[in-house]
Amino acid sequence: MDQGRNDIVVRAEGVGKRYRLGTTDRSQVADEFKAFVARLRGKPDPTMRIGAEVDPQRIGEHFWALRDVSFEVRRGEVLGIVGRNGAGKSTLLKLLSRITLPTEGMIRMRGKVSSLLEVGTGFHPELTGRQNIYLNGAILGMRRAEVTAKLDEIIDFSGIVHHIDTPVKRYSSGMRVRLGFAVAAHLEPEILIVDEVLSVGDAEFQRKCMGKMKDAATSGRTVLFVSHNMVAMRSLCQRVLWLDGGRERMNGPVQEVVDAYLGAYSEDRSEVVWDDPATAPGNELARLTHVRIKPASGGEFFKWQDAIDVEVGLENLKAENELLPFIAVVSEDEQVVFNTNLRENRPDVKVGIGTHTFRCRFPDHLFNAGRFRLNVGVSYRAAFQFQADHAVSFEVQEPPRDSAWHERRRGMFRLPIAWEHERIG
Amino acid sequence: MEGQNPDRGDMRPEDVTGAAHAEQWDVIIAPTSPWWRLNVREIWKYRDLLRVMVQRDLTAIYKQTILGPLWQLLQPLLTSLMFAVIFGLMARMSLPGVPPLLFYMSGVVPWTFFSSIINRTSTTLTGNAALMTKVYFPRLIPPMATTLSTAVSFGIQLTFFFAFALFYRFSGAYAWSPGAAVLMLPVLIILMVVLAFGSGLIVAALTTKYRDLGFLIGFAVQLLMYMSPVIFPLSRVETNSPIRPIIEANPLTPVIEGFRGALLGTSPDWTTLWYPAVTAVVLIITGLALFQRVERSYADVV
Repeated sequence: MDQGRNDIVVRAEGVGKRYRLGTTDRSQVADEFKAFVARLRGKPDPTMRIGAEVDPQRIGEHFWALRDVSFEVRRGEVLGIVGRNGAGKSTLLKLLSRITLPTEGMIRMRGKVSSLLEVGTGFHPELTGRQNIYLNGAILGMRRAEVTAKLDEIIDFSGIVHHIDTPVKRYSSGMRVRLGFAVAAHLEPEILIVDEVLSVGDAEFQRKCMGKMKDAATSGRTVLFVSHNMVAMRSLCQRVLWLDGGRERMNGPVQEVVDAYLGAYSEDRSEVVWDDPATAPGNELARLTHVRIKPASGGEFFKWQDAIDVEVGLENLKAENELLPFIAVVSEDEQVVFNTNLRENRPDVKVGIGTHTFRCRFPDHLFNAGRFRLNVGVSYRAAFQFQADHAVSFEVQEPPRDSAWHERRRGMFRLPIAWEHERIG
Repeated sequence: MEGQNPDRGDMRPEDVTGAAHAEQWDVIIAPTSPWWRLNVREIWKYRDLLRVMVQRDLTAIYKQTILGPLWQLLQPLLTSLMFAVIFGLMARMSLPGVPPLLFYMSGVVPWTFFSSIINRTSTTLTGNAALMTKVYFPRLIPPMATTLSTAVSFGIQLTFFFAFALFYRFSGAYAWSPGAAVLMLPVLIILMVVLAFGSGLIVAALTTKYRDLGFLIGFAVQLLMYMSPVIFPLSRVETNSPIRPIIEANPLTPVIEGFRGALLGTSPDWTTLWYPAVTAVVLIITGLALFQRVERSYADVV
């Protein structure tokens, strides 16, 4: 009977992981001493990590990267794990793959567990590809005989047949990734933990990897899969766990959770107005009043062919001049696409006390199809003050297809690059 | 029947004993496990990794060198030659009647064995940081692998020593005859490995928090060499000399003297071996305890 209790292969109960803020860099005895002296004198700890953007008052405080997370995974189930950056996904994966231990709670698993947190880990540059297959396989928990049995298959899958007896240090980074994935793909664990590895390699190799993932998923293997790629989620997972701020927000059928997740975060907002100064993003120097974004053509949709107009409203409360509004365009996976600020072409403008409106235009024929968000903020005398994350967002439509290419074009930009051709002979 | 399915809603979390009885879990990840619980079964499961890592250690270090594995022999030979010239000929500190080169080799070979294990195991945690923060495997495997690969080097050097000694004997330069004391070698080797491995684990665990120790250990090991009868025989140290108590307080002294007895046929006081034996047990227990304590929080610190 398949519905027996032995069918549950992963059970997490009240799992939590606590880290201490900003106190991890003391690697020398001298640092320990410096930190101690600084504490005595009431000064900030000089060994603190710089740029960690931690509120000084919270240093040394504990924070929970993951708290009270419980779930079960049945044999053969593919569980997707979604969440924004910092939601606790990576922490959960680290716990599941036993790289770090939980602060509370317990995870129990049945069967051989393998995780693909990083492919090609432990490659030794001086050893050949073949020797590294054995090394990497052993690190990932494979028996020697197992590696020998699958050696040809692994080499074949990696596509590095000719250079397999060359030291890995002569490999390109792409070749290393391929070799690493080839080993990992032949692990055949009962429980497989995957984190975004699908984003490596060229399109051909990605297709191979996707195929392997699907094989694993359909051959009754249990897979825990973390990704930002909702298309992959929908096609591979049966159930999705949504983490938010280290806690479980939702756990259910893929369609339901993915829809709710996209609805919560990807809602396009072309205008935001802060009427109440108390809730507006800002500090004692300045605050934002509104951000607006619209296609320059005046149309309803953001098209590749259209320029985009952005308007930022700002109230300067007390800073003289030197106040600088900036915009960061970020992609769906939180990569900064580009940054821009007023100094770009108007270094002459003095932003005095009062309310201001800034307008800028993103050129046409620039963004590839996809969703982008704007982080809008202010810096003063070259020092960052504040920013409103995801103030507005927009989705650039896929332009009409004019060729046989049916996959989404990759990349952030879609530039009108001019090609030339000449027939030589 | 396996399908007997108690309603999961009734299962309270407190009901651990009953649940544990009914369920067989292969991996249990919990905040703490007692430090003395050495997971031998798991290390056995990863024995192939141990083997591959030993191979990696042995083949990879001599890549891109012209002489390759010949360095295994050249290193102790050159050190012994240097000692023979400096301490043997100039300071006249070697054993009367024994060729200085052979005398120094009988000290340098076991000493190199000891110091290499300490030096190399002490960096296994920090040196494998990139690996250990990404993949799980029993953390004891890398230090075990370095110890084993050092033991292989030691075996080669020991063979070389015997060949060398036989050469002396048959060329008539020195009537080398070690005698039955050679049978003590396995005991001495085990003592040496446990002493070095235990100390190496302690240093490895502490260097994850205090990197200074990594530098300090080099000096400490060197200092220890001068406190051991490596460059001089214990018999050459006067009983009323102020340094005699220091040398006798060193648990390595009986081991090194023992090696000399086994390799050269001198007759050391074998009864003093209880001292390094007790020290070895204390060191290995402390080392394993500290190491297992650190390996738990390690990935969060590095």
